[in-house]
Amino acid sequence: MPEPGSPAPDIIFDRICLDFGGKPLFQEVSLRLPGGRTTCILGPSGCGKSTLLKLIAGSASLPFTGQIHFEPRPEEGRAVAWMAQHDLLLPWLTLVENVLLGARLRHELSEPLRHKALHLIHEAGLTGYEHALPSALSGGMRQRAALLRTLMEERPVLLMDEPFSALDALTRVRLQNLAARMTTGATVVLVTHDPLEALRLGDRIVVLAGSPAQVAEIIEPGGATPRQADDPALAAHYAPLLALLMQEESA
Amino acid sequence: MNALRPLILTAGLLVLWQLLVIFTGAPPYILPGPLPVAKALVTHLAVLGPHLATTLTEIVLGLLIGTLLGSSTALAMIVSPLLKRWMLPILVISQAIPVFALAPVLVLWFGYGMASKIAMAVLIIFFPVTASFYAGMQRTDPNLLELARIMGARPLAVLRAIVIPQALPTFAAGVRVATAVAPIGAVVGEWVGSSAGLGFYMLHTNARMQIDLMFAALTLLAGVSLLLYFLIDRLLDRLIFWQPNQGIVS
Repeated sequence: MPEPGSPAPDIIFDRICLDFGGKPLFQEVSLRLPGGRTTCILGPSGCGKSTLLKLIAGSASLPFTGQIHFEPRPEEGRAVAWMAQHDLLLPWLTLVENVLLGARLRHELSEPLRHKALHLIHEAGLTGYEHALPSALSGGMRQRAALLRTLMEERPVLLMDEPFSALDALTRVRLQNLAARMTTGATVVLVTHDPLEALRLGDRIVVLAGSPAQVAEIIEPGGATPRQADDPALAAHYAPLLALLMQEESA
Repeated sequence: MNALRPLILTAGLLVLWQLLVIFTGAPPYILPGPLPVAKALVTHLAVLGPHLATTLTEIVLGLLIGTLLGSSTALAMIVSPLLKRWMLPILVISQAIPVFALAPVLVLWFGYGMASKIAMAVLIIFFPVTASFYAGMQRTDPNLLELARIMGARPLAVLRAIVIPQALPTFAAGVRVATAVAPIGAVVGEWVGSSAGLGFYMLHTNARMQIDLMFAALTLLAGVSLLLYFLIDRLLDRLIFWQPNQGIVS
């Protein structure tokens, strides 16, 4: 769905070490996330899932050693887009203005971009709400708008930090389907604490565990995403994955 | 009911005032009743009008200049950390000095005319406006700033599109406080030295024992200040529609 300026790159973590509050969070973590696929990062709270995303996003405030790079290297400064747990919509802007926020902040607003935003809004089933303020939208609609804002950036790498966790079950499934459809072709890194979400959306699932965090397991359920509720791969992996997480949480 | 409430409140206060006069037995040169004051107000409207115009001009100009100065200072402090380090102590000092004590100095410097009263009002409202706008801008959601950074935003665009709009509700709270205190500045300025304005007229009538006229001026001042507050409160609600209702009135 997105037409990134550069091909979707692999993301490579090379011996990453990071201390957080005097305690080691990562020690020599090496990991390769495949380009053009969706990787779900799963793990107990506080294990550093979100920090991993921040590292990819290049948060200058994190003092880490080791290397993170993209392969192939994308255009300078145009690699990633980020979607947070909270929609972060600006309450004084209309839906379409919120979707166009990135362009506005870069002084790149244009008529073609506006058309593209309106097209995306239509695709996401929000027709008729283009000029509504966020306060007039439901939680699910707001999160859809946040997804569109992320897609508008046309970046080859999409970082999603528990983007559906605040939604009710049905809305969440609908948004997962929409996200899976619209992010095809991009390198997606989705952090979640929900094993079912990981199994529905992930081409690959990375389970983080322990302190300092290590990769406990990598699962590749196979088949196309989003996997439906009756997908055998879902049933096959859910119980062992849940058991692994529970064991890690109590450890 | 909402439209009636101010009327009922006003009527209640008037009744309370009248009861106070009746039960304390206060003579009219200490506390005149609402009726003689209303009568004085109507019969002297021609005299009171120009004084009201003077005071109102001082208040409105003070508000405009003070808000402009306060918001520019806050903006400058957000944009330049160097300026912030120099301005913060000055701001605190400006609040440590009792501003009223400066009134005679202001009259000495700016004369008996409107300028000294406007300066007084500006001095009083400068701090609440600056402090509220600055605090609002400083409290920008760090997640929003991170989002803007990842989007490759230009710094000035972040200021204009995110930082300032999200600080406006806090700023509006400061402007509301400023609107409530600006009349104090103007009237205190007039008391110290002036030849026109409701504050001047109150001193003048007090000295001549025309207490009903003094109360008429006071009533007029209170009424106009209230009206101004309502107007600004409504205006801010309209313009900054994304704020949770912060006004005391709304």
